[in-house]
Amino acid sequence: MALSLFWLVPFLPLIGALVNGIWAGKLPRKAVSAIGVGSVGLSLAIALACFGELLALPPESRRFTQGLFTWIQSGDFSAEVRFVLDPLSAVMMLVVTGVGFLIHVYSTGYMGHEKAYGRYFSYLNLFTFSMLTLVLADNFVLMFLGWEAVGLCSYLLIGFWYQRPAAAEAGKKAFVVNRIGDWGFLLGIFLIFVTFGSVDFATVFAQAPQHLAMGSAVATTIALLLFVGATGKSAQLPLYVWLPDAMEGPTPVSALIHAATMVTAGVYMVARCHILYLLSPFALSVVAIVGVLTALFAATIGLVQNDIKRVLAYSTISQLGYMFLGCGVGAFTSGIFHLMTHAFFKALLFLGAGSVIHALSGEQDLWKMGGLKARLPKTHITFLIATLAIAGVFPFAGFFSKDEILYQAWLRGGPLLWCAGVIGAFMTAFYMFRLYFLTFHGPSRVTEEAKHHLHESPSSMTVPLMFLAVLSAIGGFIQVPLLAGGQRLDHFLEPVFADAANLAPAAPAAHAVGAEVWLMLISLAVALVGIFVAYRFYVADPEVPRRLAEQARGLYRLVFNKYWVDETYDSLVVQPIYRGSVKLWQEFDAAVIDGAVNGVGRQIERGSALLRQAQVGYVQVYALILTVGAVVVIGYLALR
Amino acid sequence: MQPQGIPLDAYQLVAALLFTIGLIGVLVRRSALIIFMSIELMLNAVNLSFVAFSKFHGQMDGQIFVFFVMSVAAAEVAVGLAILVAIFRNRETASVDEVHLLKG
Repeated sequence: MALSLFWLVPFLPLIGALVNGIWAGKLPRKAVSAIGVGSVGLSLAIALACFGELLALPPESRRFTQGLFTWIQSGDFSAEVRFVLDPLSAVMMLVVTGVGFLIHVYSTGYMGHEKAYGRYFSYLNLFTFSMLTLVLADNFVLMFLGWEAVGLCSYLLIGFWYQRPAAAEAGKKAFVVNRIGDWGFLLGIFLIFVTFGSVDFATVFAQAPQHLAMGSAVATTIALLLFVGATGKSAQLPLYVWLPDAMEGPTPVSALIHAATMVTAGVYMVARCHILYLLSPFALSVVAIVGVLTALFAATIGLVQNDIKRVLAYSTISQLGYMFLGCGVGAFTSGIFHLMTHAFFKALLFLGAGSVIHALSGEQDLWKMGGLKARLPKTHITFLIATLAIAGVFPFAGFFSKDEILYQAWLRGGPLLWCAGVIGAFMTAFYMFRLYFLTFHGPSRVTEEAKHHLHESPSSMTVPLMFLAVLSAIGGFIQVPLLAGGQRLDHFLEPVFADAANLAPAAPAAHAVGAEVWLMLISLAVALVGIFVAYRFYVADPEVPRRLAEQARGLYRLVFNKYWVDETYDSLVVQPIYRGSVKLWQEFDAAVIDGAVNGVGRQIERGSALLRQAQVGYVQVYALILTVGAVVVIGYLALR
Repeated sequence: MQPQGIPLDAYQLVAALLFTIGLIGVLVRRSALIIFMSIELMLNAVNLSFVAFSKFHGQMDGQIFVFFVMSVAAAEVAVGLAILVAIFRNRETASVDEVHLLKG
């Protein structure tokens, strides 16, 4: 029953976006909230019902497609608007609608004083529609539509406060950097169509193993081009630079788009195309290496940032690196598992940070917070849960998912990848608890002015925090290691990844239980050490970090300035293009093109001035000319 | 059928004379009213020619055409005179030499 309605899941938010967009500024706030939140809530309800029906089916028949209409038909090429519901897209659909719904509710509180309330909800609903199209699409072209549309919504929402130059700049930057990735994605789709003659997932993935030899150049090229798209959208090296700047947008937007959903689109795409990646071991190792390098690189920057949202942004980049590490070693389920738990706790962290910022009237500097534990009790406790989850402390969600990725990295990728992952996990625990201690503990460094307005957020904001806190706390139990029958997500996703079982790099069959326990204990210990170090540095002895920064001055400045990557890109890429464009503008556009157009105009003007002389205004002159003409014509005809 | 009495050439001569007088009137007179009358003269020269040929060939087409010419001429005069009156009211002159604002 509900399955036949499942096309409504993406389309309800679209209707909400249209209604709120067309009558933006005219509808009362209550109506905007009802439409904005209600459409996503209804989507969530249908999604849950669909999920229930999907679970009731036997595992091998859990694949359901629903075609709406043919979108593009041209020769051999055809692209349908058709949605597919299988375990993988079902997980994504639930994450998007579930977390999306909570963030919509939160937004009614956070954005309550905003003038452009209708515009905000219109964009947010449009984003939900786009993201659902992306994850439910059953062909590459429709997926690309969703892929571009989420990019557009991201641009619109980062630049939501477009009066602020920084926000407008950040939106532009996000859009342009994403275009570079999309270029790769689009080329990948072209190559897929040329190779397979189709863009349907089912056709392409069914043909791929016969069509492409293991490790062939075409398979590698396709996989790498698609991965270029993923690095753009999911903020991996070298295209991660837009995500920290994207924090200029409203905080719920950062939670929804730049933490929980959109930035995970790359991970979802790699998991969806797992067959293509498994056919190219080289591309797969590129994914793993880029993932682990990004995880480490972003974590180091996160250690020293002072803006609460920027720390979270670098943390997101780092966690996305973990997901790619999981996918890159061939453990796609682990990547998706971490994607899901990360959506819970990172959305919670951002919303908690938003609650803190809201309470402090817009203050984002960690050094102007402190001691907020007593004043913001609900925010504090939920934030603590999320911090424990991301640090990977048992039994919170992040422990299970991160540990699984590290275990799979050890098993299939070797000790080096594992080691890098563990170092990253240590830094994660450290910078997250640095953030936590600086915000909620220690002496208050809040400015006098902000102290006056200090208040716990309204329940429209704290209730979503609690829901997400519950999910962050228990979400990991969907996939319990070691326990027989504990790997529920594995079993649920198995039909999707089963077709590639014979392609996957042979994982050591013997399930070395002892090793898994040891690895688990090590990563737990590492997380606890990270937390302890953060406690020593920022609560017990606040002089230590300053002394360290003094001693390793060069290193500190290097990391604090984010390795000068933005500056390097600016001088190596942006400035040359800018200067070249100015040259083209002045020397080609202004001189050649404008010259040609204006020249044609001037010549016509000159010609007209000559012809105009004939029009004298005296009727009788015209009559005379007419007569002479008639005489000449008749004379010619008569005397011919 | 050869008509009795006055030959066709005579009619054509009169018609040509009338047309030339009218044409000269249009080209040299300054008063718009006179120019109108001259135009009527030219039209009637053509009408005369039509009727003469019609009689000469024994066919009615020419005479029917004359009725059309006359009705069009009547309509033209009605409109033309109205314009003329309007111009005269505005500019207090009917001389075409002084109505020459529309020029390049």
